[in-house]
Amino acid sequence: MAMTLSNPARRRLRTLGFLSPWLVGFSVFFAYPLIATVYFSFMHYNQIKEPTFVGLRNWTYVFEQMPLFGPALRNTLWLVVIMVALRVVFGLSLGLLITKIKTGAGLFRTAFYIPYLAPPVAATVAFVFLLNPGTGPVNEILGTVGISGPNWFNDPDTAKPSLVLLSLWGIGDLMVIFMAALLDVPKEQYEAAELDGAGAWSKFRYVTWPAITPIVMFAVVTGVVQTMQYYTQALVAGKVASGVNIGPGSVIQPGYPDHSTLTVPQLVYQMGFQNFNTGAACVLSLVLFAIAMAVTMLLMRKRSGLLSAED
Amino acid sequence: MPRWRMPTCASAALAAAGLLLSGCANPSVGSANDDPTAPVTLKFWHGWSTPGEVKAVNDSIARFEKLHPNIDVKATGNVSDETINQALRAGGDKAPDVVSSFTTNNVGQYCDSGMWADLDPFMKKTGLDKHKTFPKTLLDYTSYRGNQCALPLLADAYGMYYNKDAYKKAGIERPPRTMSEFEKVSKKLTIRSGKNSYKQVGYLPNFRFYQNSPDRLFAQWGPTYFDPEGNSQLADEPATYDFFKTTRQLASAQGGFRDLERFRLTFGDEMSSQNAFLTGKVTMHLDGEWRGLMLDEAKAKFDWGVAPLPVPDDQAETYGRGFITGTVAGIAHSSKHQNAAWELVRFLTADTKQVVNFANAIHNVPSTFAALKSPDLDADPTFRAFFDILENKHSKALPPSVNGGAYVVSLGDFAYAVESGRVGDLRGRLKKLDEQIDADTLQSKS
Repeated sequence: MAMTLSNPARRRLRTLGFLSPWLVGFSVFFAYPLIATVYFSFMHYNQIKEPTFVGLRNWTYVFEQMPLFGPALRNTLWLVVIMVALRVVFGLSLGLLITKIKTGAGLFRTAFYIPYLAPPVAATVAFVFLLNPGTGPVNEILGTVGISGPNWFNDPDTAKPSLVLLSLWGIGDLMVIFMAALLDVPKEQYEAAELDGAGAWSKFRYVTWPAITPIVMFAVVTGVVQTMQYYTQALVAGKVASGVNIGPGSVIQPGYPDHSTLTVPQLVYQMGFQNFNTGAACVLSLVLFAIAMAVTMLLMRKRSGLLSAED
Repeated sequence: MPRWRMPTCASAALAAAGLLLSGCANPSVGSANDDPTAPVTLKFWHGWSTPGEVKAVNDSIARFEKLHPNIDVKATGNVSDETINQALRAGGDKAPDVVSSFTTNNVGQYCDSGMWADLDPFMKKTGLDKHKTFPKTLLDYTSYRGNQCALPLLADAYGMYYNKDAYKKAGIERPPRTMSEFEKVSKKLTIRSGKNSYKQVGYLPNFRFYQNSPDRLFAQWGPTYFDPEGNSQLADEPATYDFFKTTRQLASAQGGFRDLERFRLTFGDEMSSQNAFLTGKVTMHLDGEWRGLMLDEAKAKFDWGVAPLPVPDDQAETYGRGFITGTVAGIAHSSKHQNAAWELVRFLTADTKQVVNFANAIHNVPSTFAALKSPDLDADPTFRAFFDILENKHSKALPPSVNGGAYVVSLGDFAYAVESGRVGDLRGRLKKLDEQIDADTLQSKS
């Protein structure tokens, strides 16, 4: 006997049908890994032997006995605050400047966008070479004008700022997004503001800023999420700058110099795939996930507040 | 859905996910039920990468295949420990059967985790007496708590290369034997260039310089890393304090850590023609036996020699000792052809003729008693100087640990902080280091 479905049931089924590609992706790439991470955070598991339940041991280990967790978390948060803020300010300033340029704008756009196209590893290697304190051209130029250049990536005090410089060098992506937003602001509003006697600052404050706020918020949120996962550049910069030979028998110890560039994702990799301490790696991942979620939700609430205030 | 059903469903889903995850978590398991005379293809992963080394490995395999026509060996070179680890943990058909590692640091982890198969049953089956074949130090660093999951595949001994021309110029007659002599000679050989740079450094003690990881120089003090219960005892080991004091004095005598570190950053790659010893930037250098062959091949523009590294003044009688490590080989737990794999491991590690040929080809120290005595070994005295270091009763290898080289990494991190002057309370910080090493060890245990 054929089964007959009521209209609401059919509607629900149709909705589920349309949703199914997303549901499959969500289950495979988000829900399952998340459940797995929670599960393994309570297990001792070296990826060879059967996992064994150890209760909260991995959690207490991370929070009480892992000395690198504190520096890694501080470095990650430092990068989130400083790098994201400077990238947004620099990207927006660059976007504003380039949209104002009448001649040769294409040249400037290309010049600022090209570094972004370089693969992260190649760009990092090149940047470390430029900033090599002993042989790099930057310090040599500084030396010719009587300035003793810093040790850049080789000094714990300047290693993180050097990473920020590297990220500002590859600002092309944000610059393009801001330029698109800035060019989208209706010209009539500027004209109206000018008629009201607004200067450059007032025009930016009362016309440009409200129009681009959603884009700024987008840049901040994606920047926070990306920087929370900051891994490749810090690892490569540390490895290249240290000058330590990495042979088949050795492993890259992240964080050079003196853990100043160690980030939580690097620690996750070290724990999970070098030390095969899967449980501790899962705890670290969950901490990172919780912080990223909290910051994102806070920013999203702020954003909806801003938007409703404008409305 | 009624409200009461939701938590039930969630619990059931979580339980199911847990079961699914634990099921997915098991990598493939190998077996030793294969017939070693049946036709088979073995995958062998190793770390050698230079053309000469790869040729030597391939020649060894050709010799093996001639003896075992039924076994075809596919060798893959330049493979790091990390890659091998991932492959063995993932298992599957692509994973290697025979594996080798360039470091002994991870053997404890390989044995304890079961990632490398226990070789004792194979040795028993084929009548290989490991105690009569390999020196004890080498057997110690290839096993963990009675599990001999690896065998030495040539050894590495560390000594001191020195620039004889620079010695002559500075009026130095022989290599230093004690640490106080070392300091004086290093100072004499150091030539500054400008305010904060150098033309030449005597001995660069900085721990990030090429092979200078702290554990290698520390071996000259003969330290005991763990107490009988397996707890870290660096803070209770008097040698630790003398070691750090000496390395700081060595740096101070030559201008201090900061200037030396800045000089280090101008060096070329260790394995390139811009190596700091080869280019004369450093006149005394801690390195392994392979460097001699490299210096010959690069046609070094100066006369050089080899001597054991100096020892602490209060342990002068131990002069001749050095740090010992080596390449190790084993069988992957996931290999389905473990008996055939054992034939390859046995040939590479215990066949005297093979070990001698391979040692001569890549200038590594032979790792069996018979090969060390072989008249066919390269007679080059600078190469043979390392045999004496290997056989010296005071020479030291690192003790294996359940979490591999994690304690060596922790010691390294600590040593970087000490050399740069960021550790005030050495005793207090060493106690914390011990606590950290113990916590890391405990965390890695099941």
